[in-house]
Amino acid sequence: MKSLKEKRNLAITGVIIGAVAIVLMHFGNPGNMGFCIACFIRDIAGSLSLHNAATVQYMRPEIIGIVLGAFAVSVIKGEFKSRAGSSPLLRFILGFFMMVGALVFLGCPLRMVLRLAAGDMNAFIGLLGFIAGIGAGSFFLNNGFSLGRAHSSERIEGVAFPAINIVLLIILLFFPALLKFSESGPGSMHAPIFLSLLVAFLVGAAAQRTRLCMAGGIRDIFLIKDFTLITGFLFIFIAALIGNIAMGNFHIGFLDQPIAHDKHLWNFLSMALVGLTAAMLGGCPLRQLILAGEGNSDSAITVLGMLIGAAFSHNAGAASAVGTGPALIGKVSVVFGLVFSLALAAFITVRRRSNEKC
Amino acid sequence: MKSVDAMGLSCPEPVIMAKRALKDSPDGIEIKVDNVASRENVSRYLEAMGLKVSVEERRGEWRITGRR
Repeated sequence: MKSLKEKRNLAITGVIIGAVAIVLMHFGNPGNMGFCIACFIRDIAGSLSLHNAATVQYMRPEIIGIVLGAFAVSVIKGEFKSRAGSSPLLRFILGFFMMVGALVFLGCPLRMVLRLAAGDMNAFIGLLGFIAGIGAGSFFLNNGFSLGRAHSSERIEGVAFPAINIVLLIILLFFPALLKFSESGPGSMHAPIFLSLLVAFLVGAAAQRTRLCMAGGIRDIFLIKDFTLITGFLFIFIAALIGNIAMGNFHIGFLDQPIAHDKHLWNFLSMALVGLTAAMLGGCPLRQLILAGEGNSDSAITVLGMLIGAAFSHNAGAASAVGTGPALIGKVSVVFGLVFSLALAAFITVRRRSNEKC
Repeated sequence: MKSVDAMGLSCPEPVIMAKRALKDSPDGIEIKVDNVASRENVSRYLEAMGLKVSVEERRGEWRITGRR
């Protein structure tokens, strides 16, 4: 019963992530943001002066910890493998739009689940969009969509991404003057560095072992009616729900939710964009970090696309404002991202099918 | 038995290739993958489809065989 064991490990990982998210929030992380891969990469973009939104700048140790946790455990288990070459530029662009979508919604799929577990019903609208996006992506995958094969690369190439994270950690610990730190707003709210780093390291290691992915669970149900990966998703929700109720953080409704807005159409469409791009990329933002830590350069490029997507979103004002939702540029960016991603998926799928017939 | 080359591909593609191959060759397939996540997913899928699965490793490559 291999599948049962996999489900059990995913359930344990889910409980760890859900519980850790509540702990990080208790020790200072922003509301319903124990973990948010998109928001934290956005904060790092700000800390590195890639954007100038003064309220969202911090070198989030959670991202560094997740990458290094995945790196360490993949090396120990002999699963670290330098790989590259599966449409890197297209992945960069899809990563860019995945971030644009997440910052219009105000959260990656992981934060969506954490928001839902705190009673934020806007996240439920987001979830519907996310499912729709993954459904569309699965349709293309089922019909032959592929970003192509990756190949083995030099070991140093695969080590580069974890090494960047070690350098960022050294700068954070010893040369913080090189970075920007928010004095107010979400960027100024954070748990102690070593706590964040330690728990993120555990989460990265556990997510590497179990292949946990917020998009993969829904995708596997669409594609092969397999309910293994969704277990992680469900147990994050359950653990965070129990934690939120216990800590008095559970408030059901659409209004006045922490770092959220109630523009239903845009919550739906932005998460549809995240779901579609995640299905095309083979994983949600968390999974991209894990794969990048395992030596996958295509995922590392995707994360860089997300970093630049975050910089664009805040410099151009495409990221949603808390409470009031997206400005025109944010709406246009989401629609453009959806049209581009669908057109790309359709183009590749049709081309591959016609090649098969020859 | 149909043979499928899913080297260099990441999930879910090897699983979808297995699914398609199984349609053409319902008695069994052989599929080559080069990462552990794909090995696990393809094995799990073939087992769920009621096939007997055996896995052979050679230098970071896996040949997964599923037979009725």
